[in-house]
Amino acid sequence: MQTTQTLSAVSPPRARNISFAWLGVVPFFIFAILFLILPSATLLIGSVQDRQGNLTLGNFAGMFQGVTLKFVAAPSEASLLGVTFPLPFTVDFQSNSIVSAYILSMQVGIITALTGGIFGFLLAYAAVLGGLPKFVRSALLTFSGVASYFSGVPLAFAFVATLGRLGFITVLLRNYFDFDLYMTGFSVISLLGLILTYTYFQFPLMVLVITPALDGLKREWREASENLGASGAEYWRYVAFPIILPSLLGTMILLFGNSFGAVATAYALTGGNFQLATILIFRQIRGEVLQDPGLGYAVAVGMIIVMALSLALYYWLQRRSERWLRR
Amino acid sequence: MKRSTLFPWILIFLGFLYFFLPLIGTLDFSLRLVKDQITLEAYKNVLTSARFQNTFTYSFVMALWTILAGTLLITPTAYWVHLKLPHLRPLIEFVTLLTYVVPAIILVFGIIRVYSRPPLSILESELGADFLLVMGYVAMSLPAMYRSVDTGLRAMDVRTLTEAAQSLGAGWRTILAAVIFPNLRIALLSGAFITFAMVIGEFTIATFLARPAFGPYMANLGQTRPYESTALTIISLSLTWACIGVMQFLGRGTQGQIQVTR
Repeated sequence: MQTTQTLSAVSPPRARNISFAWLGVVPFFIFAILFLILPSATLLIGSVQDRQGNLTLGNFAGMFQGVTLKFVAAPSEASLLGVTFPLPFTVDFQSNSIVSAYILSMQVGIITALTGGIFGFLLAYAAVLGGLPKFVRSALLTFSGVASYFSGVPLAFAFVATLGRLGFITVLLRNYFDFDLYMTGFSVISLLGLILTYTYFQFPLMVLVITPALDGLKREWREASENLGASGAEYWRYVAFPIILPSLLGTMILLFGNSFGAVATAYALTGGNFQLATILIFRQIRGEVLQDPGLGYAVAVGMIIVMALSLALYYWLQRRSERWLRR
Repeated sequence: MKRSTLFPWILIFLGFLYFFLPLIGTLDFSLRLVKDQITLEAYKNVLTSARFQNTFTYSFVMALWTILAGTLLITPTAYWVHLKLPHLRPLIEFVTLLTYVVPAIILVFGIIRVYSRPPLSILESELGADFLLVMGYVAMSLPAMYRSVDTGLRAMDVRTLTEAAQSLGAGWRTILAAVIFPNLRIALLSGAFITFAMVIGEFTIATFLARPAFGPYMANLGQTRPYESTALTIISLSLTWACIGVMQFLGRGTQGQIQVTR
């Protein structure tokens, strides 16, 4: 009795399991289809339809309506974050609200990827290779793990409380150093303020990713290059930096996407007045802007395309960095 | 030759300032509701407000549902892929990547469009909207949760344990409940804490599904009550960081991973 039961319980299901094994992952893929793929696909479909439901590319064309770009052969000046530099030509650029929002989002994304990326790299470098005591490294990693989760609404409030008109640092500088931050034109609700705020959650991610990469630099490589007569700078220029460059760039791309898709921090900081691409979509969903649903879907799909392209670039770089840093 | 450690120390000091100044600033600001006085009044106002209690409870319950749904969805899948369908790994990876490519604001945009019109118009009912919120959160926390479970599965011998249980006569449900889940306890707990930290103050999805959640309440308070909202920042930060702290403590020995959905 016992034996037959065991036999029948073991062998037939085994045969069944092989052919129907895929059934075990069906719930997961149903979830993915219903709550990830279907929502994205609907936006995609909406973006290529006009109001009557006909197939059109007009929505994407509409994103660029009124945008012109001309180069005129006359010298001019350009300014970025208050730094003015000369240009050998004049750019005659007429934009619309959508393209401006994308440009602003990309600007913030690129700048915070650079500031967060470089600052994070320098911190990781100091902690791993700077000859500091061991506890610095573990403290840095712990703080980074924690700080990378400090984002969204609370982060915006923290920066207003620190650098706002009545913020901690503003008041400190005014009372003890007789220096009025807001007389310099600074405001926490500005591009610079937004960049400072975003960098707070950007640099810890760089620290967390690049620390293992720096650990992966083998001591033998340094010794080999020193034996061949290379100086420290030459070792970095020709050996170490080329090896970590792909993972450095790859992480910066992730940081770019991180900033490009963020909305809560910017919304809480500026009350939705700062026209980033995400804020544009935010207001579109609320029905405050554009007045054209198809155009709104096109703007959203445009963001998905930017994110997908950045991810593809990331994977390409990832493949390159794995060549040397395989652990 | 010993290199100077001055430059590294300066860098670490700058990092230290950048990390702590906003925290000190926030703490200081939250204590200054009454002029020229250090007071906990702002905290008292927040904690006794009914809106705070309601929205916080709501988000807390939704976070628990998210953790439960995420665990039940992801653990069997990850186990099954590990044991029987390793060739599906790239497909799972693709789904995980989708959550990066589709930021929360785009995801909720799509969710509204799909689920507010027939045949799937479940957004109209309260229960339906709560359900969509939890599903959105599961999607958001999916990469972290999947990675956590996957790491846990790698750390144990899934095949041997499964075969041992099978030869003792256990069915699939028993194997999952009595063998796999207990062995994944640490991984699941750390996934749960990370999910909680991400979900409790979430703003974007909750706002557009018009849920009475903690994130939108916080953002709302910020426009009218600066001191109370900074007190709330300190409260929500302490909570989030306690979660991350527990998670880092649980996850000691496993490689630190990064999280890019926001």
